[in-house]
Amino acid sequence: MTNLLTVEDLWVRFKTRTSTVEAVRGISFSLGRERVGIVGESGSGKSMTGRSILRLVQYPGEIKAKRIDYNGTNLLHLSEKKMRKIRGHHISMVMQDPKYSLNPVIKVGAQISEAYRLHHKVSKSIARQKTLHMLEEVQISDPERVFHAYPHELSGGMGQRVMIAMMLIPDPKILIADEPTSALDVTVQLRILEILDKLVKDRGMGLLFISHDLNLVSSFCDRVLIMYGGRIIETCDAANLHQATHPYTKGLLNSLPSIEHPQERLQTLNRNPAWLNENSVNAIK
Amino acid sequence: MQSSKSNMVALENLDVWFDTEQGPFHAVKDVSITIKEGESFGLVGESGSGKSTILKAITGLAPKWSGSMAVNNQLLGAKRDQKFYTTVQMVFQDPYASLHPRHTVDRCLSEPLKLQKIRDIDHRVEQALKDVGLGSSFRFRYPHQLSGGQRQRIAIARALIQNAKLLLLDEPTSALDVSVQAEILNLLSDIKKERGLTYLLVSHDLAVISHMCDRIAVMQQCKIVETMGTESLRTATPASDYTASLLKASQGFKKTVS
Repeated sequence: MTNLLTVEDLWVRFKTRTSTVEAVRGISFSLGRERVGIVGESGSGKSMTGRSILRLVQYPGEIKAKRIDYNGTNLLHLSEKKMRKIRGHHISMVMQDPKYSLNPVIKVGAQISEAYRLHHKVSKSIARQKTLHMLEEVQISDPERVFHAYPHELSGGMGQRVMIAMMLIPDPKILIADEPTSALDVTVQLRILEILDKLVKDRGMGLLFISHDLNLVSSFCDRVLIMYGGRIIETCDAANLHQATHPYTKGLLNSLPSIEHPQERLQTLNRNPAWLNENSVNAIK
Repeated sequence: MQSSKSNMVALENLDVWFDTEQGPFHAVKDVSITIKEGESFGLVGESGSGKSTILKAITGLAPKWSGSMAVNNQLLGAKRDQKFYTTVQMVFQDPYASLHPRHTVDRCLSEPLKLQKIRDIDHRVEQALKDVGLGSSFRFRYPHQLSGGQRQRIAIARALIQNAKLLLLDEPTSALDVSVQAEILNLLSDIKKERGLTYLLVSHDLAVISHMCDRIAVMQQCKIVETMGTESLRTATPASDYTASLLKASQGFKKTVS
């Protein structure tokens, strides 16, 4: 399998007045035409990993890496202008909460067609048709109405579908989804994942799925990277997540309450400070 | 209405609505629940199904309601008296929003005691912090100096400090990481065992509810679809289709669906 994206030795640092915070500490991984999940607790650096691929880390954040290779180009060496061509058209990103990621004063249709017209020189009417078609593809039953709606007129699930439509309309090769369903109800969550699953499969895209939900990732993705303290401490096939060997992964899995196996008390995680200094696992395939 | 002796909460035909420009909007329709003393009762459902509104109605935060509500065998009227709040306390979902950012932990914990004119504040605050597994070193900190899990512990301490008998828990762990969630859930079950508290827990997470509760009510579109024991959830024999679909959804994504 050819890799769409290879990241080698990625560091993200934030300089503060007194010290330097290292959010991501030298991780390496690759993404082919597959679904790779990144799991970890808050503060483990998973979102920063996703953002740094698109160079979306703001000052005082600093990205350093041996290479972030996309189709033979090192994204780190591109100018900001060229980078803008990559964002959306080649690699795009779905954020967690549609409420904060859509422009509240622009109609949904206009926002989606803008994303298309930025990367394709087409007339407004063609972009409009394309948008309506895309809205249909994310299973919105009345695209015409949603096209003319403002974000606040949509429910959370609808908003997230609009976001997915917006991110997929320039036809990217890689989609980074940062907690795309955490703000949604479980039943809605499943439908969004089904849509995502189908689109990724049909288009042969690579999906980087960032989430804190272990069960969800193990059932949805092909491969899982487990992050702790800015490092990848374990990587495994998603189906084998429950046979994970690292004590951190085990601890996380055991601290989940389960419907089938009731326990009197939940196991809590005993953090070993040594985990922070373990070497990062190389997840390049 | 006379409710039996051991009932902690008895709701009958409860309707809650909000007045809007387009007329009343019903958030809860015809809900009847009884919760025995010392029991944990769970409410599950999607957002907008009215589960949090029930908690608000009990505490008096939703002014428009009809039907009857009784807590600790006292029928509730339009207003709640001081004594009510020594029996019933609530823990909110978001520990980042439910603590006053410019009050220290000490002030936040002693305020309810002052309101209730309870003496011995110093000792009680100290004890309350100990009960939720935080040392006295946390006493003069501000919320921004605490992690999410620690804040939720403070919120629980605040609810317990006047010896409440009924805790209303509104998604107490959904803003927390799973490892911290486990700690908070353990803390809640320990406290319950110690003090014989009654819990009314609202969550969208079936696994959390089934871990904590003895009985469950599933809500959909402002109504209770089904009430059942946790056992039947475990054996996966829910009566309504909606519960079954919730149960399926909580098991994660099935690739065969596609």
